[in-house]
Amino acid sequence: MRTAIAETDKRRGGHTWMQHNRMIITPILFLLPGVLFFAVYVVIPIFQSFHISLYRWDGLGEAAWIGLANYEELLTDRNFDIALWNNAKWLVLYLLAVPAGLFIALFLNQTVVGIRLYKSLFFFPFVLSQVVVGLVFSWFYLPREGLLNTIITSLGLESINILGDPVLATYGIIAAGLWPQTAYCMILYLTGLNAVDPEQVEAGRLDGAKGWRMLWYVILPQLKPATFIAFVVTIIGALRSFDLISVMTNGGPFGSTRVLSFYMFERALSEFGFRMGYGSAIAVVLFFIMLAFIAYVLYAMWRDDHEARR
Amino acid sequence: MFPTPIEKRTRAAQITYQSLLPLALIMWLLPLIAVLVFSVRPSADFTNGNYWGVPSSFELFNNYGRVFLESDMPRYLLNSILITVPTVVGAVALSCMTGFALGVYRFRGNLLIFFMFIAGNFVPFQILMVPVRDLTVNLGLYDTKAGLILFHIAFQTGFCTLFMRNFIRALPYELIEAARVEGVAEWRIFWFVVLPLMRPAIAALGVLIFTFIWNDYFWAIVLTQGPDAQPVTAGITSFNSQFVAQYHLMSAGSIVAAIPPVAIFFLMQRHFIAGLTLGAVK
Repeated sequence: MRTAIAETDKRRGGHTWMQHNRMIITPILFLLPGVLFFAVYVVIPIFQSFHISLYRWDGLGEAAWIGLANYEELLTDRNFDIALWNNAKWLVLYLLAVPAGLFIALFLNQTVVGIRLYKSLFFFPFVLSQVVVGLVFSWFYLPREGLLNTIITSLGLESINILGDPVLATYGIIAAGLWPQTAYCMILYLTGLNAVDPEQVEAGRLDGAKGWRMLWYVILPQLKPATFIAFVVTIIGALRSFDLISVMTNGGPFGSTRVLSFYMFERALSEFGFRMGYGSAIAVVLFFIMLAFIAYVLYAMWRDDHEARR
Repeated sequence: MFPTPIEKRTRAAQITYQSLLPLALIMWLLPLIAVLVFSVRPSADFTNGNYWGVPSSFELFNNYGRVFLESDMPRYLLNSILITVPTVVGAVALSCMTGFALGVYRFRGNLLIFFMFIAGNFVPFQILMVPVRDLTVNLGLYDTKAGLILFHIAFQTGFCTLFMRNFIRALPYELIEAARVEGVAEWRIFWFVVLPLMRPAIAALGVLIFTFIWNDYFWAIVLTQGPDAQPVTAGITSFNSQFVAQYHLMSAGSIVAAIPPVAIFFLMQRHFIAGLTLGAVK
């Protein structure tokens, strides 16, 4: 008994240096492995890529310093223009997933028998890997065997080879990408709708608000957090698009479906030649586009964190 | 509740809704249903041009059997499991610790480190590609599962830390203070007070990271090459070149590749959606 009291006394007293500084030592020790890992594999490589983008390097031999020459080359590279332009298309059209997700969420926000299963089945394309989504849609689009063209021709229209057409191919891929992304936005909104304050809805009804006006003035303001996340994940997803392009067209036809992420990979790590420096320069451009969004997200989170502390 | 519950509407509206539901679902899943139908057809149907009629025979066991017996598919699946499971364990373990440190302690630089994790989680993969590939080659881990696992753990720690820190912040802080007053050592607070409360977060993150990593394609093609280490997302392309234009087998192959994350989702749905929608409600 005595020794037990002495033990707690010692613990409370803070005799050793370790105990004295435990409030600072503990977080450092707990952070160390995670931060170390993250630094080595994520933070430092970002700066290394900046550095590599100033060299001509095939990844094996000596790297030669060429200053900003890679960036100058980007300015006159037509393929880079196409990729950048496609990124813009992705960004704008991909955002259709947000209203589409809201629409499906509103459609499914009922309590009929079996609705839970319907919600899961509507959602589950999101769980499929983009590789599988890409394959599923490339078969869906096949000019002869594909279901889409079977339907089109049965309506008496000309069959179209979407992925073989330089103009249409990018839109075909984006449509495939919208499928899982809409499912994601839908689940965000379903969760949001669940938390909508019923009293406000009732109050709105008493004031005569219905349909669109109710949605716009009463419901949407309450769905703001869901909308924010839906926008963030959709924008990031649009700029990250790679798998679908790689699987569905491999950048073709005639390089018309490349986006920056895919073009970078092609330059740095494929039969196009191992131009690590040039590839890194493309990655740096993509990084700065993304950085604008990251900065905004961090700002929004910082604001929330501040408000939470009052 | 919005929109107006259907049971408060007219009988006609109810019937319309009930019949629209399955129709909408079929439309939504049409591309997938097409692949499912492809995967049970005999190859004769394709040579005869019978793409969408009734299958001339039902070849489920035959087609899926060939996927498992005549290709590297089982190896790719095994690789995927051997890559995904350690990554989930590693990333969740690391982020329990970082989340605890950032959620419980107040020190200078706390928010800065937290923001580093969030920002890093959003960067395009391509800016990491060349240096990470280089690092992996130099470590002698190119074309190994370990090389992929190490990178995945590191990268996922960003998202997981965001998740865990916010979860821990929402726990009642009084519990930790009470333990401190009792003189409980800090690491014991982590192990005996906080960790048991984090079980739902661990479950949610676990299933989420499982699907993320299982579905990864980019890093699989950057860091691995052949059937020794490649996961199924990358392996499916070699599978498809083995069975070029044999749509019944390619369809079966991609369905096999997609099943594990789908199964995890349907089995652990609640956790999965809780993880995915964290922050969608304030």
